[in-house]
Formats: sequence, structure tokens, C-alpha cells
Amino acid sequence: MTKKRAFIIVFYLVLTVAVLWFVQRLVMPKYQYGIVEGAMAAEYYEADEPHEVIFVGDCEVYEAISPVTLYEEYGISSYIRGSAQQLVWQSYYLLEDALRYETPKVVVFNVLALKYDEPQSETYNRMTIDGMRLSPSKIGIIEESMTPDEKMIEYIFPILRYHSRWSELDQDDWDYLWDRDRVTHNGYYMRVDIKPEAEFPEPPLLTDYSLGDNAMYWLGRMADLCAENDIELVLIKSPIKFPFWYDQWDQQVSAFARSRGLTYINFIDARDDMGLDMTRDTYDAGLHLNLTGAEKFARYLGAILDESYDLTDYREVPEVAAEWEDICEAYHAMAAAQYQELIEYGYLRNWGSAAVEMGRP
Amino acid sequence: MEELMDILTELHPDVDYDTCTTLVDDRIIDSFDIISIISEVAARLDVQIPAEEIIPENFNSAKSLWELIERLENE
Amino acid sequence: MLFTSYGFIAFIAILFVVYYIVPKKWQWPLLLMASGVFYWIADPRYLIFIFVTSLSAWGCGVLMARINDGQALYLKEHADTVTKDEKKALKAKNKKRKWHILLACLILNIGILAVTKYTDFVIDNINNAFHSGLHKVDLIIPMGISFYTFQTMSYIIDAYRGTVTPERNPFKLALFTSFFPQLVQGPINRYGDLSKTLYEPHRFSEKVFSMGLMRILWGYFKKVVVADRMITAVTMLVSDTDTYTGAYVFVAMFFYAFELYCDFTGGIDITIGIAQALGITMKENFNLPYFSKDIKEYWNRWHISMGSWFTDYIFYPLSVSPRMLKLSKWSREHLGKVIGKRVTVYLAAFIVWFTTGLWHGAAWNFIVWGLMNFVVIMISQELAPLYSKFHKKFGFKGKSWYTVFEIIRTIFLMSLIRMFDCYRNVPMTFKMVGTMFTRFRLKIFTDGSLLKLGLTKYDYIVLAVALIVILSVSIFKYNRGEVRTKLYEKPWLWYGAMSALFIVIIVFGAYGIGYDSTQFIYNQF
Repeated sequence: MTKKRAFIIVFYLVLTVAVLWFVQRLVMPKYQYGIVEGAMAAEYYEADEPHEVIFVGDCEVYEAISPVTLYEEYGISSYIRGSAQQLVWQSYYLLEDALRYETPKVVVFNVLALKYDEPQSETYNRMTIDGMRLSPSKIGIIEESMTPDEKMIEYIFPILRYHSRWSELDQDDWDYLWDRDRVTHNGYYMRVDIKPEAEFPEPPLLTDYSLGDNAMYWLGRMADLCAENDIELVLIKSPIKFPFWYDQWDQQVSAFARSRGLTYINFIDARDDMGLDMTRDTYDAGLHLNLTGAEKFARYLGAILDESYDLTDYREVPEVAAEWEDICEAYHAMAAAQYQELIEYGYLRNWGSAAVEMGRP
Repeated sequence: MEELMDILTELHPDVDYDTCTTLVDDRIIDSFDIISIISEVAARLDVQIPAEEIIPENFNSAKSLWELIERLENE
Repeated sequence: MLFTSYGFIAFIAILFVVYYIVPKKWQWPLLLMASGVFYWIADPRYLIFIFVTSLSAWGCGVLMARINDGQALYLKEHADTVTKDEKKALKAKNKKRKWHILLACLILNIGILAVTKYTDFVIDNINNAFHSGLHKVDLIIPMGISFYTFQTMSYIIDAYRGTVTPERNPFKLALFTSFFPQLVQGPINRYGDLSKTLYEPHRFSEKVFSMGLMRILWGYFKKVVVADRMITAVTMLVSDTDTYTGAYVFVAMFFYAFELYCDFTGGIDITIGIAQALGITMKENFNLPYFSKDIKEYWNRWHISMGSWFTDYIFYPLSVSPRMLKLSKWSREHLGKVIGKRVTVYLAAFIVWFTTGLWHGAAWNFIVWGLMNFVVIMISQELAPLYSKFHKKFGFKGKSWYTVFEIIRTIFLMSLIRMFDCYRNVPMTFKMVGTMFTRFRLKIFTDGSLLKLGLTKYDYIVLAVALIVILSVSIFKYNRGEVRTKLYEKPWLWYGAMSALFIVIIVFGAYGIGYDSTQFIYNQF
């Protein structure tokens, strides 16, 4: 084979890879508007400040606690690594992934995810996993999470999963090709609208009240991981009443916590103590807290963390305080923008279901 | 050879069997024609052409076909 | 393993690398192992069947070889003393012995094929005819059994006929029988052809490998971008026979014609391409079939290896058998020359097309499909003299517009016949085709109905572009011969085309979540 032919072969190999890499960036969903959970996993890597507290869990965590309140009132620097329907092994691996960059003092895990013993949904898997950087943790989370039709190679090369979006590309796909905007505030998803909590249906009777073996296994792994890294693991149940958290599950988690010497707090019972007013502190009739609710819960939980653990007051640390100043500014600006929309439209136009249904104006 | 040419000309009168050497390759005669030829050869020349001899080499020209027939007669 | 699975692609990628690394004398044994692995992954239970077929063919071949050797030795030793009559008698006796061996081998292997594939069909028919309640047995059908059985039987028949020398090495024959690329949908190779390159040592040649790779990419392009995209629409059109009548049947006809072409020729491209990349030459199975001007030409261009198998091993032997020749003589004498000389030809053809249909599937719609082909061929044969006169008078033949007419007519006819493949039920097929003439609503082409078949307008654009590309390549090939060899000499275009094909397959392919994973249509053969 001539040198010329060899050169041409290499040229086209490089070109093919480049084109496919570009197309991959183009077709991967950007999650910048409407449904934004898919952008959360990647946002963590942008945070420059250290975090002594890391929260892991599902929407009962990332929509229920305000890291800004924790900072402003206690100087606690925290991050919420959460995603929609984040399963317990996913929280484990996201934590393991975070440990490649820093070692927090405290990890807080919301135990609702223990009700899921098996992979649930391809859509949620993608939103939780795609944003992770390639690492052994990512391989682990993929293997553990795949539903029957999913394949590892489609996670390693997402173009294989999203290629058919070529005919559905929108303006966002082009605008956010290289950079993305932040959709959370250190992992917190903000909503200021209000819809009072309604009556929830009677919880169904179950045939088996034991939490799944697989779920409990991964909780054990999380406890081991924290123990190995000298991290305090705190188990919580967020003050949300639906999906229903059975007493039997509560007892099992308590027993587990006792056996491992861990703290477990069920905050459903502490709603009054933290001043939660579910006619005003939720945006979707009690399924999730809104901004005021998240700030109240953060204030209450922050006091417990501050008292129980030796956490740095980062308001006194200039470099970190400077980072947090920006974070707080963005947070308050978004709150203002959202409140403005409530005044103008009576509902949120650029966040939530309106955004999903109507798209960008 | 005369009889053979008669058989062939009856089948496709327009073909020049003296010179053409691609009867099968150019699909001038097809599988039905081959069968007709074989049964006529059996009836008129009393020579049985077995299935394994039905290859393009033998049927591509009148000459090669005649050579086949002669060979089979002598076996 | 489907061709269009990540597992298969990884399998052949690894095979290519290992094949060119190992010492050359290990290459064909490596292929045998790979074929075994391939078959094992598909289903371990299948292995016993293909093992039996291969072993029996090898054994019978060796027995025949022994008889041949014995005969040759005897004649050599007794060259001076043996008379011509004794020689003839000895040959006849040995031929009879070989015939018995052949018969045993055929009965065993065709028997296996018949039992695994057709038992339930027979039971169904018995139940329908006699209102009995026999239970179906639901036997597993080994993958590729129709293909490898026919391929191996061609070997043993050729050995009997003396056109090939029997293979002494059982492993080499096993490779011939089970070589994995051909297991999915053929081609049905001949031992005489394939053995020329199958066992030879192959040195890596970038050109040979590159040609094979291009062919593989072209095959995947047709299969993944076109066939897999169209299959949802075709399935929808033929499953809901209440809604999709009239003009929809017309649409289904042409969609299926395009879809099947891309699926089948694409799969064959992948098969032949893989063999080629390994330095192994397989005969072509398609030769621009949709450029045929009549049905006979079509069957010389479509699924060539199947057509030639039936011709060489059923049509010819049947037609020249003593019994058939006797019948021919009898019918000439008793039914007159005109009818007489047609009887055996058409009888043989009928049998061929009946069995061809049956080979395609254990169901009446396949048999009827086969017989439809027979009817059309018979009609076209009978009309030939009339056409000849017509053309002499008007001189159309050869004119390009007439050729185009003939091509379109043939495509239409073959697509029509092929509908028996789609509706899976003979009366339904007739009924649906009937509605094409009674309920044809032109409106569906303009009122957006065609966008409700599972294809978006973007899909149609992709299909249209693909059609143009495939058509251009075909026209080039028709006029100026094989495209690949010429293109290789222009490396910027050659490797550029490979790169483009690869990118197009990845980006525009109809695969992954959201697309149903589709089987090759010929897979359960």
C-alpha cells in the first residue's frame, strides 16, 4: 500500500470520528428548558467550591432543600447530586463518582428510593446517567440500571441511542451545542409557584412490606463507602407524604441505621416543627416542596447538621465565600424572575409544565 | 450432426448455430429449451444426456453439443 | 445472532483481527470454530442437527470415494484382462452402490428438514381434511436448516455425479456446511466453487479486505437505513386488512418490493462481503433483478443460487430421467406433438415451483406463490411465439422506451405475486389484490394518509435519497460493470465513500430504542 493511500485512510478515520462526535453532541438532548433533570448530573463538575455536605437522592431531595439557605444561615457549603427517580444504586455511584473530586464530611441520603428494587425506566436512567463523566462509577451505574432493552455500548456512545433525533432537532440543540446554562443552584431545582396540598388516596395494602434485598444491599454499600472514607452518612425521609412511606419501611430503615450506627430522621413527623405550611409551601399539591418549603426544610435540617457535625463556616473563607456570592446572586435573581412571571401570567411560563407543553416563547 | 441442427433450428429458427458459442451464457437457449433439446435428442438420436452433463460448456455451441453426443454414444 | 446487532459486529471485528494474526494454516479451522460459536450463541440445541448433516455427508462422500478408488485400482491392475462389457458392468454395479449411499444420505437429511420444518404443516392439513384433533409438535427449527441442508446435499449429489472429489477431512466439510455468514440467508454455495478459496491460506491484502469491507458497509446501508425503516410501514399495511385496502395494497406492493430487495440483497452483501474480507470468494446471488424484462430473466437474477439449485438438482435430473423421457415419448404418441412435447417440461416445472414454494415456508401461501410463478412462466412461454410475431411486425423490441415498459411490467408482476408472502393467507391475498381494482382511492397519495404508516416525512426523504443512490449505483453497474473495482483506484472517493456510508448508517439507520428489532425475512429458514 502506498504512503498516499495510508494517509488517506488515516484522514478519513479521523474525519469519521470527528463528524460522529460532532453529531453526537448535536443530537444529545440538552435539557435546558422544561424538563431539566437530564442536565443535573453534569452540572456538578462545574462547581468550583468544596462541599462538606453532599445530598444524594431523588426529587424529594433536589426539590426540597435549598443549599443557598444552608450557606446563608449556617455557612454550610453543600451540593445536591440528585435526579428524577434516582434509584439507590444510582445515588451510590453518583456519590462514588463525587468522591473522585472531593471528600465531604457528611452525606445525606433520602430513603424513599429504597422502594425500588429493580431498574425502572429508560428515560429516567438516561437523565441520571448521560451527564456523568466516563469512569468506573459510570460503568457501574449503567450495568446496574439498564432495563432489558438497553445496552452498555449505547451509553458509551450515546449517538447510538439518540441518532434518530436528527429529524427532531430544535433551536436549543444548536444553541447549547458547546456550553450549557445552569438549571439548578448547586443541585437545587427552584419553583416558586403555589398549589396547596390536597387529600391523598388511602395507601394500598401491600402483600409484602419488606424493602427489596437489592435496594438494601446498595444502601449497605453506601454505608460502607462512607465508612471507608470517614464520611458521616445521614439517612432522612423528606417531609413529603406521597408516595406513601409505610411504617414497616420506616422500621426497617431504623433497624438498619441502628445496626450501622447511623442517624435516621423521618421528617414527615417534623412538618410542624419546621413550620411547613402545605397550603403555601408546595407547587404541585404536596408532591414536591416549592422555594419557601425548601428554605424552611433547609433551615431546620441545617440546624441539626450544624449542631451535630463539625462543619466549616465558609462565610469566613474568602475564596469559597466569593464563589457562594455568585451562587446566591443567581439564586435570588431566578427567584425574582419566577415571582415576576407569577405576577405577569398567574403561573410560571418558562418553568414546569407550561414550559414543557408550550416550549420557548 | 444434421439431425442435431434440425432439432436446434426447430427450437429457435433465427439463431446462427454455426458460429454462436454463447448459447447458454447469452440466454439464447434457456432451461426449457435445454430440456426440449435433450428429449428430442433422446427420441431421434437415441442418446440419453445425463443431468450432470447439463453444463454451459456442453450447450454453449452446436459443435460442443455434438461432441457431447458423440462422446456419450461411444461410452 | 442477527447481522444487525452490536454483538455480531463485535464478533466479526474480532474474527477479522484474529484471522490475519494466526498462522495461515489455522485460518480455516478458526473459521470452523467461529461458525460453531456463532451457532452456539444462536441456540446450542441446533448444533446436533448441523453436526449430523455434516457428518453424514462426509461419511457418504468418503464411502463413495472408496468405491471410486477401488474401481480405479481394479481397472488399473486388470487393464489387460478386463473386457469392455466387464468394465461396463463393474461401473454400473458401483454406480448402483453409490446411488444407494446417496439415497440414504438424502433421506436422512431431507428427512430431518422435512420433520423439523413441515410436521406441523402436515398435521394442520390432516386436521383440516379429516377433522381430526392431532396435536402440533412445535419442533425447533434449526437456524438456516433449509440453506445448509440444500448446500450439503448439493455436495453429496455432486460427489455421486463425479463432478467433485469427495472431501476426506471431516472438519473441512464441516466448515463448508456450517460457514457462518451463509447460515442466515444463503447463498447456497457449491462445493466445487467454495472449496477453491475456503481452505486456502490467505495473506492480508488491504485491497481484498477493503473491497470486502465496502461490500459489508453497502449491505448494512441497505439493510439498516432502508429495509429496517420500511418494515414498520409494510407490517402495518399487511396486518390491518380491513383498513388498508385498495390503493394501500398498491402501496404495500411497492414498499415490500423495495424493502425485501434491500433486506435480502443487503444481507447477501454482508455475507459475501465478510467472506471476501476473509479472502473467500462466493458466487453472486443477485444481479440487478429489478432490471429484468421478463419473469425468466428475473429468476436468473434474483436468488440465483436457489434457482440454480432447483434447476441443477431437480429440474434437469427429473426431466432427463428415464421415466420422464418415457412419459415424453408416450405423450407425444398419444396426445399429439404439440401437447406431447409440453407435458414433461411443464410437469417438471410444476414440481420445481411447487417445491420452491414449499422450501420458502411450511404454509399454503408460499406454495401458491411458487405456483403463481409457474403459471406466469408457463403463460409467458406459450405467448413467446405470439410476442415474436408482434415484435417482428412492430419492431419495438430493443427500443429504450419498450425496455422500460418491460422492466416496469416485470417489477409490477413480481411484486404482485409476492403479496402471497405478505398476507400469509391465500384467500386473503386474492381478496386484497382484488380490492386494488375495486377500491382504488387516489386520494391517499395526497391527503396525508401515507404519513400515518409509521413513516414521517423525514423518513420518506431518507428513503427517496437512498433509492436514488441505490438506483444510480445499479444503473452504473448495468452499463459499465462492477463499481467497486473502479472506485478502489480513486482512494479519495473510495475511502470517502466508506466514511460516508458508515456515518449514514450510524446517523440515519433505523435501529435502537424506538425501532423494532427486525428479523431478516429469510432467517427462520
